[in-house]
Amino acid sequence: MDKGSFKVKVGLAEMLKGGVIMDVTTVEQARIAEDAGAVAVMALERIPAEIRKDGGIARMSDPEMIKGIQDKVSIPVMAKCRIGHFAEAQILEALEVDFIDESEVLTPADEANHIWKYDFKVPFVCGCRDLGEALRRIGEGAALIRTKGEAGSGNIVEAVRHMRRVQSEMKELTTMGTEELMAQAKVLGAPFDLVQQVASTGKMPVPNFAAGGIATPADASLMMQLGAETVFVGSGIFMSEDPAHRARAIVEAVSYYDDPKKLADVSTGLKSAMKGLDIAEIPAEQRMQERGW
Amino acid sequence: MVVKIGLLGLQGDYAKHSKVLSRLGLLSVLVRYPQQLSNVQGLIIPGGESTTMTKLIKATGIRQPLLEFADQFPILGTCAGLIMMGNQQGDKRVDNLSILNVQVERNAYGRQIESFTDNLVVNYGNREEIIPATFIRAPQITATGPEVEVLAQYRHQPVAVRQGRHIGLTFHPELDDVTLFHQMAFCSR
Repeated sequence: MDKGSFKVKVGLAEMLKGGVIMDVTTVEQARIAEDAGAVAVMALERIPAEIRKDGGIARMSDPEMIKGIQDKVSIPVMAKCRIGHFAEAQILEALEVDFIDESEVLTPADEANHIWKYDFKVPFVCGCRDLGEALRRIGEGAALIRTKGEAGSGNIVEAVRHMRRVQSEMKELTTMGTEELMAQAKVLGAPFDLVQQVASTGKMPVPNFAAGGIATPADASLMMQLGAETVFVGSGIFMSEDPAHRARAIVEAVSYYDDPKKLADVSTGLKSAMKGLDIAEIPAEQRMQERGW
Repeated sequence: MVVKIGLLGLQGDYAKHSKVLSRLGLLSVLVRYPQQLSNVQGLIIPGGESTTMTKLIKATGIRQPLLEFADQFPILGTCAGLIMMGNQQGDKRVDNLSILNVQVERNAYGRQIESFTDNLVVNYGNREEIIPATFIRAPQITATGPEVEVLAQYRHQPVAVRQGRHIGLTFHPELDDVTLFHQMAFCSR
């Protein structure tokens, strides 16, 4: 019997496709998310918009809070650890979370190295801004990739930038001759075997989701149409006026992302979305997407 | 007539099933609206989350059309798809379709850390085949009705069952490029 293999890790990521993964901070929110049809929840102490507002060091959540949510919902429960903080990841694995997000939303613990994810039996998801970053994380053992976007901003512009960049860099690889791939691997700073793989398939070697700034059904549809296979919604749901209704609407928007009539339907009568931030209002040193390499 | 198989495309790993079907030379098409069922001669309910599928089946009004479809055409369900096809469990979060007379317990092996791949012996007709099987937060079949044929067991529990034209699996042949069950469901007719 083979547990914790890369195939088994990617297998769970495959099952999440076409679903919505929602950030929750309490058992009650987790229940609202599950009732709305979330495919998984991300258990964290503060949602990114609050982390941004409060400042200070953002760390792994209290195990008690994670356990409380695990006890109450039947869908997968994810949790975040700091970039490079493998001890937090070991604790999350001991808690048997279903997926660990090595996340730029928390304060990085290591400015040079990410976690060696093959040391773990639980799968990891990591953020990226471009293809090189995505392939470096996969090289370390990530079973799922998401755009970083700009967490807690309620602004989709960064997630769009990251997804478009990843897609165009993958497309470019498929047009290159085999003799050009080594040079391109050097430009991307990516493992050569993964560069070869993308060049031949035109696809990310693991599922490719979107995160960071999704606040409306239309945002979710936009990311799916740009090539995302699922969306993470962080602050967008529980910072909005009617979270349960918005959560249900985004779940339907992901399944019917290419049906504008359905999208018009689910977008109708939603109360206010989170207010959101212009990226220019966020000082460069406070942009979460700059964390990690 | 060309046989076309529908992939219930509300949520889950339906794209993986499409690859298996194309290896068998079968065409596949996504089914997300009730009327699309009239264009297909078989259906796959893929792996994913049964709670999510329950919400979306309700929202799109496809529950009754699915039950009518099952009276005529074969359905193959894997993991969450099997859960949807099984009997009602008294779990309000999942509205099972009761197409297969089986009791299914969700996440019965535990959380993702308990997910695994192992070899299975499949018995069908007078034949026996060994295949790899990947179980992801998999359910267990805890009881089967008399009309249910067990195609494979793992640790003395049924993991692959057939009832008439329908097949239900607790694991994911689509993750191991195993075509056997898709062939049984859709090619023997």
